[in-house]
Amino acid sequence: MNAFADVHMQVMWNRLISVVEEQARTLIRTAFSTSVREAGDLSAGVFDRQGRMLAQAVTGTPGHVNAMAEAVCHFITDIGPDNIFEGDVYITNDPWKGTGHLHDITVVTPSYFKGNHVGYFACTAHVVDVGGRGYGPDAREVYEEGIFIPIMKLVKRGEVNTDLIHMVRNNVREADQVVGDIYSLAACNETGQNRLNDMLEEFGLDGIDTLAAFILEHSERATREKLKDLPHGSYENQMTVDGYDEPVTLKVRLDVTQAGIVADFTGTSPASGFGINVPLVYTKAYSFYGLKCALAPEIPNNSASLSAFDVVAPEGCILNAVHPSPVAVRHVLGHFLPDLMLGALAKMAPGTVPAEGAGALWNVHVSVRPTAEQLARNPASRGAEVLVFNSGGTGARPTKDGLNATAFPSGVHTMPIEITEQTGPVVFWRKELRPGSGGEGTHRGGLGQVIELAPAPGYDIRFNAMFDRVGHPARGRDGGGDGAPGSVSLDDGTTLKAKGTQHVPPGKRLVLELPGGGGFGDAKERSAEAAERDRIEEYVAGENL
Amino acid sequence: MAQGSVRLGVDIGGTFTDIALEVAGHIHSTKILTDHDRPEEAILKGLHKAAGEAGVALSDIAIIIHGTTLATNALIERSGAKTALITTEGFRDVIEMRTENRFEQYDLDITLPPPLIERRHRLTVTERMNAQGEVLIPLERAEVEALTDRIREAGYESVAVGFIHAYANGVHERLVREVFEDRAPDIPISISSEVSPQVREFERFNTVCANAYVKPVMASYLARLVARLKDAGTTCPVHVIHSGGGIVDVETAIQFPVRLVESGPAGGAIFATHIAARYGLSQVLSFDMGGTTAKICLIEDMRPKTAKSFEVARTYRFKKGSGMPISIPVIDMVEIGAGGGSLAHVDAMRQIRVGPESAGSEPGPACYDQGGEHPAVSDADLILGRLDPDNFAGGSIKLSTARAEHALSTDVGEPLGMDAEQAAYGLCEVVDENMANAARVHAVESGKDIGAYKMIAFGGAAPIHAARLCQKLGIDEFLVPPGAGIGSAIGFLLAPFSFEAVRTDHMAMSAFDADRINAIIDDLTEAAEAFVSEATGGGGLERECQVFMRYRGQGWEIPVDIEQDRFTPADAANLTTLFEETYTRYFGRPIDGLEIELVSWAVKVSSPTPPVQQITHLDRQTDATPAGARRLFDIATETWGDAVTCERTALVPGDGITGPAVIVESETATVVPQGYEATVQSDGCLRVRLTASKGA
Repeated sequence: MNAFADVHMQVMWNRLISVVEEQARTLIRTAFSTSVREAGDLSAGVFDRQGRMLAQAVTGTPGHVNAMAEAVCHFITDIGPDNIFEGDVYITNDPWKGTGHLHDITVVTPSYFKGNHVGYFACTAHVVDVGGRGYGPDAREVYEEGIFIPIMKLVKRGEVNTDLIHMVRNNVREADQVVGDIYSLAACNETGQNRLNDMLEEFGLDGIDTLAAFILEHSERATREKLKDLPHGSYENQMTVDGYDEPVTLKVRLDVTQAGIVADFTGTSPASGFGINVPLVYTKAYSFYGLKCALAPEIPNNSASLSAFDVVAPEGCILNAVHPSPVAVRHVLGHFLPDLMLGALAKMAPGTVPAEGAGALWNVHVSVRPTAEQLARNPASRGAEVLVFNSGGTGARPTKDGLNATAFPSGVHTMPIEITEQTGPVVFWRKELRPGSGGEGTHRGGLGQVIELAPAPGYDIRFNAMFDRVGHPARGRDGGGDGAPGSVSLDDGTTLKAKGTQHVPPGKRLVLELPGGGGFGDAKERSAEAAERDRIEEYVAGENL
Repeated sequence: MAQGSVRLGVDIGGTFTDIALEVAGHIHSTKILTDHDRPEEAILKGLHKAAGEAGVALSDIAIIIHGTTLATNALIERSGAKTALITTEGFRDVIEMRTENRFEQYDLDITLPPPLIERRHRLTVTERMNAQGEVLIPLERAEVEALTDRIREAGYESVAVGFIHAYANGVHERLVREVFEDRAPDIPISISSEVSPQVREFERFNTVCANAYVKPVMASYLARLVARLKDAGTTCPVHVIHSGGGIVDVETAIQFPVRLVESGPAGGAIFATHIAARYGLSQVLSFDMGGTTAKICLIEDMRPKTAKSFEVARTYRFKKGSGMPISIPVIDMVEIGAGGGSLAHVDAMRQIRVGPESAGSEPGPACYDQGGEHPAVSDADLILGRLDPDNFAGGSIKLSTARAEHALSTDVGEPLGMDAEQAAYGLCEVVDENMANAARVHAVESGKDIGAYKMIAFGGAAPIHAARLCQKLGIDEFLVPPGAGIGSAIGFLLAPFSFEAVRTDHMAMSAFDADRINAIIDDLTEAAEAFVSEATGGGGLERECQVFMRYRGQGWEIPVDIEQDRFTPADAANLTTLFEETYTRYFGRPIDGLEIELVSWAVKVSSPTPPVQQITHLDRQTDATPAGARRLFDIATETWGDAVTCERTALVPGDGITGPAVIVESETATVVPQGYEATVQSDGCLRVRLTASKGA
């Protein structure tokens, strides 16, 4: 390949990343789901005709992105290569072929240029509701978790499948928003397709096969280059977390060889009877993310850069749950996988990876309902579903403290309290750092946070708890202390369960203390300045001024 | 009005202080190195120089309009006052917890920007409003008094107040201010319901903290400046440019210094807006590329696009989320790390990456021969024949082709198996593509098709890269105005007096309340007029009104322009239609069956801008006399060709130059590629147009 052609390829690769970025921005601006619009819980990407992911928007969360990387191949198989036409749009929320639970809707659009099929655009978003029991871990089978849309055509050669829209409309709460999001997903792929066609026009190309080969070859070579000096061997790690009704043990053995890295989850607990189970696709997504962060962070995500990694998990274990296991809150265990990976890598390369962190997001999903008296006073009183993402502390790093109240591994944002309180009659009385919750160490674990919330007068609250690290705190590394465990209670001191639907009576506040991250290294080695700073800023203990 | 025709624009930048003295319509300009300790001294120096050249006395100056990066610098360098934040109990850490997000997903070693006000300086009081602005917990005066005394004793120099939902009801914040005025009158106080009454606590709190943080330093600087100017013999008022692109008096600037952040770039956008108006261009992309960054702004119907918030002091490769949000009305620009000094390297994927690291002015690009070893954009420009090694910056810097070649070969060519010329080509393609992508994504977010725009290019590196950027964006014409090197300072002279007041007031369309809206508009108008009419003497003010709307459930509001200033209940239907039209323009189609919400209101009051003298395009009448010839690489066709060179100062209106050509001036060079033609317009602008069909 001559120098000019090589530069063309680079420019087009950059352009392709810009195309998916535009695709994602379109979705963020038009989506209804709180999690997409405020929290960036979405992903968008472009794929070649074989379903290999070439580029993804950087806004995506790891769970979506890496799962979506596999999804497109399922679409090609299930729709059938001969049944793919210009003007088609495909859809699914199949947890096993999409991104792990019914709340994520994935839409795939075959992309055509001058009548020829050139590739696919795909995007995924977490929608407000999918019917069933609502978002929470209480279901015993996936059937209870909501409507299941197998891979099918949403649009057939330009014609919308109105039967499907009617089915969805009649099976979900907040139907307008959910249907609105489905259309937004389709529109976002259309944006991608239009931009891609502009690019092909500009560069005088018929398709993206040559570009795809270039991207995949360069990414794979760079990834292999990164991995080639790793010491071959097997490295094990094990982590026990709360689970739903009994502790869950996550176990991994990383086999590092010439061929790449295989994560083997043999020995992990069996599937749970509740919705904390993880489909394999989501297990892969977060395992790969953890490995990539530690080993090849600057290589962009695509099929080739992910191909150096593989996962083996016994069928029926909690990290390879099979249909019809309930999977609604698969993120809780999924979010622990990067820490599980990092722990194993610490054995391969001691002193280079962070301590454990809070891991799973503490998503608070509350249903606020008017009390009978309130309805008698004002029959127009309306309840609301309120969803907020919150994060504990991350693990301390080998050279730095952990991050206070920051999402890891998830890539989401929290929502402003002022926006959340506009959506329903709920009041957040406290949302601030939790002093003393970071694990001690040469470098301190990140602090968790404290949240207090209550229904507005005249309302009460049911909420779906899906919290972890209450019984099993984040462990420190290399002599660092553990982070503080989380706790779930009422303001009168009543302890609540960390998982499942519960009630906050009128007049009471729900108090959530989010876990802190683990410390790194011996606390005695902590610098005097850092210790003094902890004291005066009250990151550990103290009083005002 | 003989005296009235002498006006002074001053822009203090990080490196240079630019002076533009307008005398009877003619601009006398000068550049002085910025004096970081005593910024006003550089102004005085430049002022004397420019006034001497123009032959006017300082007392002849009718108005001084000033823009400065001092407020921005104080935020970036964290060199502001010892500031306390008073906030709602339970929300002490809002500015530290930010969005709880990592702006870079794959960096385990990431550092988040530290809060502007550290935790020990953030103090809470017992009080609470709900989302409707109703009091849930009243604020006790005694508690505020006790806290005020503690703050006074602790020696704080400035105080910020940010309470939850204060945008909906600021009564508690005002109580705090009252107590301070009573018990600690010397401590300046900033309250969020006045500085930035917009929903979203992190953004609002951070804005009020930034305001308080820079207030003492800006107040002291502006007072010194006014005094020094008076001592020097000026008799006119001093006005200050704000980030929204208008001017306000010094007192307002001292009260709301956060509004001065990013005012320099705003001057550039006004400059471009003025050129757009002169040429009657309704869709313009303003492209300002300097030494370290490029700024892109969309100008529609002679108005730069505005926003309600932006981010300053980004700490991580200009990445969104790595700075601090400021929610004030602002001219909306994207800024990326792409300038003449941006450095290139080859990454793990064997791809060329350019910026945001920059060689700066020390040591500068390799070709400056001042010790720079890595290849910068200017090095590539030199190798491709766009810069003249013997005639750069008016001949004051001799550029070293050998150094540039060496740096390009070593850092880019060798890893990729390219020679220096190919590496230069690759570097330019990558940096131009980066800028084009930023422009495209910005246009998408604004619901616009970039191909329909014309470009106005200014700043040291923009005219060199404008043509290729246009090719990438499908734009067929660009203008290079004269005086492009001091565009911001000239822009200040063109800015109207203006102030924009914004407030969140959440209302469902089904609960449309015309009286409440009228009251909001009256309040906002009154607030905005108060800032403007003092300086203008009132009368003849223009008002623009926007409402930010969304479908229920969405988190992003879109701005809807409204013409009327009085509403009746029947106007719900009009607003619905306006919203749906605007939504369609942004996103393709409206959505049936969803409730529409009115979220925030903005009223901008400005003094009328003097009518712009329209210019009719001047076609080519004469052939410009070439000053020389050189080899120039044409990127679109990937071939070397012979280009003519012209001295811009030697050109006269009506001169035409057929590409390939390079038009050289002291601060920059305009590249006219093959297939393009430049004509000199009557105001000295170069108009560069595509004449042939597009190349490969």
